[in-house]
Amino acid sequence: MTVKLLLYILVMALTTYLIRMLPFTLFRKKIKNPFLKSFFYYIPYAVLGAMTIPWIFYSTGSFVGAAAGTVCAFVLAYFERSLIVVALSSCAVAYVTQLIFSLT
Amino acid sequence: MEIRASKLKFRNGLRDGLPIALGYLSVSFGFGISAVAKGLETLPALLISMTNLTSAGQVAGLSVIAASGAIIEMIMTQLIINLRYSLMGLSLTQKLDDTFSTLHRMAVAFFITDEIYAVSSSKTGGVNTRYMYGLGLLPYLGWAAGTLLGAVAGSLLPADISSALGIAIYGMFVAIIVPPAKRDCGILFAVVLAAAVSCLIKYVKWFSFITQGFAIIICALLAAAVAALIFPVKEDCENDG
Repeated sequence: MTVKLLLYILVMALTTYLIRMLPFTLFRKKIKNPFLKSFFYYIPYAVLGAMTIPWIFYSTGSFVGAAAGTVCAFVLAYFERSLIVVALSSCAVAYVTQLIFSLT
Repeated sequence: MEIRASKLKFRNGLRDGLPIALGYLSVSFGFGISAVAKGLETLPALLISMTNLTSAGQVAGLSVIAASGAIIEMIMTQLIINLRYSLMGLSLTQKLDDTFSTLHRMAVAFFITDEIYAVSSSKTGGVNTRYMYGLGLLPYLGWAAGTLLGAVAGSLLPADISSALGIAIYGMFVAIIVPPAKRDCGILFAVVLAAAVSCLIKYVKWFSFITQGFAIIICALLAAAVAALIFPVKEDCENDG
């Protein structure tokens, strides 16, 4: 491992840590403002929505496989299956679908 | 309203962290594979995962390293892609009970990832330090172990299987979003709006200069703000689910 590579890794880790640590450690007040309370209530769902759509469709090597996996994930999530069941089932459906489409 | 001392235990955290850890195992497996493919040895790849614990940031960092980019480029890349953690950390401070001293905050901050944030912020009645350490432990180990396995043995797994595993983490996101969105119009609205803006940025040429990390920030801020205006959360009603 070269010194330069270590420097890259150190800078990367330090930047990421400070981004996480500073607001989390320094901010002590309870937010009272109704708008801000609502805002923070919705933020996690908005972040996940933006990270999932449209990127889930490009998450495997095959668009059609990923699309099938996505449908599977939404259906199982609608029926409130656990995180790991939804995740692994969508992998399996994506795999089988891409397998079928690569044969035809 | 002050958050009462949370009753959650270390093992509640472990239990909630297990599915995250399994999801991370497959995602970091992919990271291990691509790190080695970009010329890194196993040990540096593992070191990156054990000191960063973030998927998008690490993948971007890899490309800066591979291109021998400037240090300032590394800082800017991490800053933009990971800025959402500042927002999540800020939001999570509202859920902490009084077991959180400054030192505990500085330690737990290291574990703030999208999934750990999503799970901990959906806990009604706040979280304590025991729970947060339990929640962080398995995902951290899973992230490191997956990277190691990916770097060492990645070439052994057929390409079509390892590519299908790429959807695991997104499947988990869907499983987090959908159940509360069924019950709460505001959440449904925020998710749909964020997803729509995300598609707009991805597919409209004018917005092609926006990187993925920045796109997430824009979508989330906009969607949460509009949702907060149209569907304000009632006082003292944290999350009735």
